[in-house]
Amino acid sequence: MPETGRRMFRPPFRNYQFDTAYDEMFEAPGEPRPHYRALFQTLLALPPEELRKSQQAADLSFLHQGITFTVYGKEEGTERVFPNDLLPRIIPNHEWRKIENGLTQRIAALNMFLEDVYHRGRILADGIVPRELVYSCRHFRREMRGLAVPRGIYVSVCGTDLVRLPDGSFAVLEDNLRVPSGVSYMLANRKVLKKVFPTLFRDYGVSPVDHYAQALLATLRALSPSNSTNRHEPTVVLLTPGVFNSAYFEHTFLAQQMGVELVEGRDLLVHDNVVYMRTTAGLRRVDVIYRRVDDDFLDPLCFRRDSRLGVPGLFNAYRAGNVMLANAIGTGIADDKAIYAYVPAIIRYYLGEDPILSNIETYLLTDRSQRDYVLAHLDELVVKAVGESGGYGMLIGPHSTAAEREEFRQRIVAEPRNYIAQPTLSLSRAPCFLEGEAQARHVDLRPYILYGNNVTLVPGGLTRVALRRGSLVVNSSQGGGSKDTWVLRA
Amino acid sequence: MLSRVADSLYWMSRYLERAVHTARLIDVDLQLRLDQSPEASSGRWLRLLEASQAPIPEDGKIDATALTDILTLDRTNPSSIISCVAAARENLRQVREQCSSEMWEQLNRLYLQVNSTTSGEAWLLHSYVFFRAVQEGAYLFQGVTDSTMSHGEGWQYIQLGRYVERTDALARLIGTHFTRLPHSLDQAVESEEYLEWVGLLKSCAAFEAYCKTYTAELRPLRVAEFLLLNSSFPHSVRFSVDMVHAALTAIGQLTERKAEQPVRLTGRLRATLSFSQIEEIMASGANSYVESVRWQCAQAHSSIHQIYFDYPVESALVS
Repeated sequence: MPETGRRMFRPPFRNYQFDTAYDEMFEAPGEPRPHYRALFQTLLALPPEELRKSQQAADLSFLHQGITFTVYGKEEGTERVFPNDLLPRIIPNHEWRKIENGLTQRIAALNMFLEDVYHRGRILADGIVPRELVYSCRHFRREMRGLAVPRGIYVSVCGTDLVRLPDGSFAVLEDNLRVPSGVSYMLANRKVLKKVFPTLFRDYGVSPVDHYAQALLATLRALSPSNSTNRHEPTVVLLTPGVFNSAYFEHTFLAQQMGVELVEGRDLLVHDNVVYMRTTAGLRRVDVIYRRVDDDFLDPLCFRRDSRLGVPGLFNAYRAGNVMLANAIGTGIADDKAIYAYVPAIIRYYLGEDPILSNIETYLLTDRSQRDYVLAHLDELVVKAVGESGGYGMLIGPHSTAAEREEFRQRIVAEPRNYIAQPTLSLSRAPCFLEGEAQARHVDLRPYILYGNNVTLVPGGLTRVALRRGSLVVNSSQGGGSKDTWVLRA
Repeated sequence: MLSRVADSLYWMSRYLERAVHTARLIDVDLQLRLDQSPEASSGRWLRLLEASQAPIPEDGKIDATALTDILTLDRTNPSSIISCVAAARENLRQVREQCSSEMWEQLNRLYLQVNSTTSGEAWLLHSYVFFRAVQEGAYLFQGVTDSTMSHGEGWQYIQLGRYVERTDALARLIGTHFTRLPHSLDQAVESEEYLEWVGLLKSCAAFEAYCKTYTAELRPLRVAEFLLLNSSFPHSVRFSVDMVHAALTAIGQLTERKAEQPVRLTGRLRATLSFSQIEEIMASGANSYVESVRWQCAQAHSSIHQIYFDYPVESALVS
């Protein structure tokens, strides 16, 4: 259409760039996808100055509310505002339904996998997943062998990273089954966008996400131990590593929204295998702990001895069934990046179904021929450490220097189990409001899945943005930002 | 309520009260300087440092710029305004799910403002704006707190912290002033001296309230009576102790814990302040009296700490 084609190049889209990546907004230059048309029209009609003002107001409100995260490796406790982008990412309902079904399937299968691995180990005996891969995983916890968790639910809170490939289909990039974060930004972004685009928001018919905290509380309560003295009103707490943790804002936010106590390790104590918190009115029993502390630091008597974040004796209380942890201990084996390669097989094995969402092709470096291929093509591939997250410990081949590649080559040869490689993906791009105009940036999508009485997905998620031009890394610690995600009701 | 949370709210409140007290002291000092020679002012500066428990230079010499810097923007001085505001904010940040979001935003904004201030010539010229901003920021925070937070247990700890700190700060200021500044108790002060006594009253936000009670004729005895024993003025020692006692009583009822010791301690102090005669107090010296007030206050503080914040687990398991 020539008319829109010309309008394409009006502000704020004057310099909007296209490449081979899937563009979330445009089917072709100047031609927005049907579900983006209304936003496109609104942006053309809006003076860029207005948007800029809204952006400033939003940034300031984030700063004043203290919606910040802490960057590690710099000066201790450097607080930064998590950049928020004003242009929403819109997902039509039929696409969302597929994501929802795919993720429900995936969390069910991964929970069955964890239950199996820590009990009979059928999948290992049948040779579907190599035994040594599981046992060599850093996050495998022998202590969990034979320990029954309520309903067999190991992972009750999950945030899965999805990317959209150039053909427009969604694929799973990573499962985060330990302590996924970011959900507070999903809620904070929504609050801001409702203020910036009230009419547009209403006309679009966007599915609400505000009930997330309530759904999380219901999920946590469903896990309450059967021998609790207050079974119907279980005491739920959120365990945080403390104010220096990068996600501290989120911990306070969720605790406040759920109306539960935010505790640190030093607030809890274990007596006769029962967990108590120290209150001004004396000790109070705790039934369910939504812990945002890694396995390693949970209990100095059982895991890392030098941990001051944990609670001595917590594991024994857990083993005795007197307190529940969400997520369970040892879930990290199922989001190990090498196990990831087997998830499609895991789904087929337990559920007898084909995976609804596809995986990204993954090279396992313990396999000789795959390793040789990877070492010969380091400049094209992405190499990731299997147990890391947050964009740390990663090599992006096409953007790397020869020295960096050499360093990774040596690390891979030394410890092949510790790394995997994947093709460099062209993540889809979405318009972001930067430097006073719309610019295309790579994005991913992290929906949050809850598993208590049943599987719940709040329709939406965190769309993370690689704010640096051309960058493919969306992690907040590596210069990423986020934007609101609108899942349409119809 | 978690013990750690109560502890943080208490200290948040103490630090903020300390910051605003210091801001008021310097604000008043800046005004007095304009009417005085530097020599006349330097005696007061030493008193200020002493009352603020800040390090005093060894040679006993101090100039206006150094004084302002030490008490305001010096991060190595734990009782400077910037350190106190940062500490208050850090304490609130650790319990921000317990306060209203309006409270957090107000304190965070004050912190960002104070934190972006840098020392220097330009700043000194307009520093009165800064001290006003700190005081107003803190008043605003108190208003926001009173009108957006439930007046439950958490709020009582905030009250407790504020008035424990205020009692201590007032006692120190009054003690130093009466000890270091020569005066005769029952005569109206005049000329140069007059400024210093106005300064003391203003440092306690009390000048106008004093004038309403006793007129603008300043007699040291009356000033002492007003600042120590007035029952209705919020910056008097007696009023502050009354508030500490009220908060403690409320907390004891809310937690249903036996808080006999701190309630008894503050109750006794309250009784002393209610029934004391100013002439008797001054006869044995203002300083020894306020030191005894401070000591009893410190006793109450550690007793609160032992009962609510850091009790032995064994005792809690038995009950």
